[in-house]
Amino acid sequence: MNIVVCLKQVPDTTDIKIDPQTNTLVRQGIKNIVNPFDTYALEEGVRVKERYGGRVTAISMGPAQAEEVLREAIATGADDAVLLSDGAFAGADTLATAYTLARAINKLEQYDVIICGRQTIDGDTGQVGPELAEMLKLSFVAYVSKIDEISNGYMRVKRMIEDGYEVMETPLPAVLTVVKEINVPRLPSLRGLTKAKSAVIPVWTAQELGVDNNMVGLSGSATRVIEIFFPQRVRCGEIFQGELESQVSRLVDKLREATIV
Amino acid sequence: MGIQIDLDKCVGCGNCVPACPFGLLEIIDEKVQVKDGCNFCGACQEACDYEAVVIEAVNQVSVPSDSHRGVWVFAEQRHSQLKSVVYELVSKGRKLADTLETELCAVCLGHNINEVEQLIAYGADKVYLIDSPVLAHFHEDLYTRKLVELIQEYKPEIVVAGATPHGRSFIPRVAAMLRTGLTADCTGLEIDVETRLLLQTRPTFGGNIMATIICQAKRPQMATVRPRVFRKEAPSKGKKGQIIKMDLDSEGVTSSTKLLDFIEDITEAVKLEEADIIVSGGRGLGKAENFQLLEELANVLGAALGSSRPLVDDGWISYPHQVGQTGKTVCPKLYIACGISGAVQHLAGMQTSDNIVAINNDPNAPIFEVATYGIVGDLFQIVPMLIEKLKNG
Repeated sequence: MNIVVCLKQVPDTTDIKIDPQTNTLVRQGIKNIVNPFDTYALEEGVRVKERYGGRVTAISMGPAQAEEVLREAIATGADDAVLLSDGAFAGADTLATAYTLARAINKLEQYDVIICGRQTIDGDTGQVGPELAEMLKLSFVAYVSKIDEISNGYMRVKRMIEDGYEVMETPLPAVLTVVKEINVPRLPSLRGLTKAKSAVIPVWTAQELGVDNNMVGLSGSATRVIEIFFPQRVRCGEIFQGELESQVSRLVDKLREATIV
Repeated sequence: MGIQIDLDKCVGCGNCVPACPFGLLEIIDEKVQVKDGCNFCGACQEACDYEAVVIEAVNQVSVPSDSHRGVWVFAEQRHSQLKSVVYELVSKGRKLADTLETELCAVCLGHNINEVEQLIAYGADKVYLIDSPVLAHFHEDLYTRKLVELIQEYKPEIVVAGATPHGRSFIPRVAAMLRTGLTADCTGLEIDVETRLLLQTRPTFGGNIMATIICQAKRPQMATVRPRVFRKEAPSKGKKGQIIKMDLDSEGVTSSTKLLDFIEDITEAVKLEEADIIVSGGRGLGKAENFQLLEELANVLGAALGSSRPLVDDGWISYPHQVGQTGKTVCPKLYIACGISGAVQHLAGMQTSDNIVAINNDPNAPIFEVATYGIVGDLFQIVPMLIEKLKNG
């Protein structure tokens, strides 16, 4: 079983503050981390390997420093890693990202299961997984919360939807996106850490992938950001004062006046 | 390609540094440097008085042909019922189509779907309907293929769909097949009248930043929208429209994934997105058992129960209750936040609610910034009082 796991290095957006003076993100002290949803993808890949044998290849697209997430992946169970890095890849939207990943996975040649996290915490789109599946012309299941069984070239999984679970069967190779309910990611092992330290991680550039520069990065992106602004937060609401009891009364009055309750 | 700094022109004034919303610029040795992560939004270029920032024009000037016209809404159904988000999108789509002076069409795939004609009352001029027992359940490969075929045949300029689990799963595949752009979870959709471009605004970077996105050279322009982001307008009874029934020609579509079973999760049937009132709890509750107090308040109000993420992470309440960036986006008439400080990720999921009541003992909690009404104090005192007053007339 050859398993490919896609990972992205992201700024830890849960820690981000906005400087009220300059109205910009305060980047200082913000750590780059493995996209948390991708850690479940990696763990599941490693578990599939432990159950059925095979190899786990971790793959990431990003600047040179994204190598860090691949070393972490090796420390937590990946066998190999590949970094896709090239100035030409910068500014990619989900379409261009999926295309680049697809070209890299094709280059790997052997793959049975490709696992991604359900979304990233910086872009938040959740689109790269399904777009990647389409580019590779593979079957796809989103929001997988359990891999029940893999046998005879098929995989049976459970996926979470709004009102329950769907049990799906899909032939291999297949692309899955996984939710955090699927597992509890392990911590790096001592052996893994040693391995990660000395691992040689190949870097594949646009040339090595043989991609057309017009299909990757900003040039290959169908969408483009034209404006960035900060969400308006201030609602100028009314904060009640005085005795708690009378505050609560006024609240109820207001809500009743507006026929909300 | 990308961003370049003309070092001869850059004087190191630093005007651009605070202009970058992502904080990626730095003055080193009296010249500006750009760190990784730039998405070429151009804010620094505007701030530079010396024309030192060069963002190379992208190879995308080819204006799409005029042959693409019309606004489409994917009318998702489940168990033969159209989803509520569909009516919200049809209401919004009507406005977009009016601005573009074009038609609004809904595309509906399923079996024995109820109230298809309602799509017309809510604003659709045409409904393309494919009714087949094969489509009774969400059949991802068929849905993907059919929608692609219809888009290729009728060439709409805009396609919008609900960001539901199924929508989020197959709409990106449609976009990838068509090699066009797709913007996820839009909270604003407007038309630039001059260019007919769809201006798609969405929260990004963990809800810290809003980005307006366009799809210039590819058609259709595609977007997904979470439930409860747009308002469902009142239906108009006299509205005329056509329902165009089409056959399911599934020849040549090999379906790879198969739905074997559906297990309804009754305990988790929290219709948060549909609720008019939501009572939501955060860390301030102290311990899991205290959710009972909020349940009582929710019962009095006929409200659904929501939660911030840490409580779900700690297992106090199940994931379907989670409101926020990685949970649900809600827009009820009333959202009562009890003991929720208001992390940006939580705000991203509820700040468009019609009315927000914040109850928190920290007067500096960010939740008060989005609140319509706020009470600073101990929720264990306030909530019982609130229950009492609501009960007594």
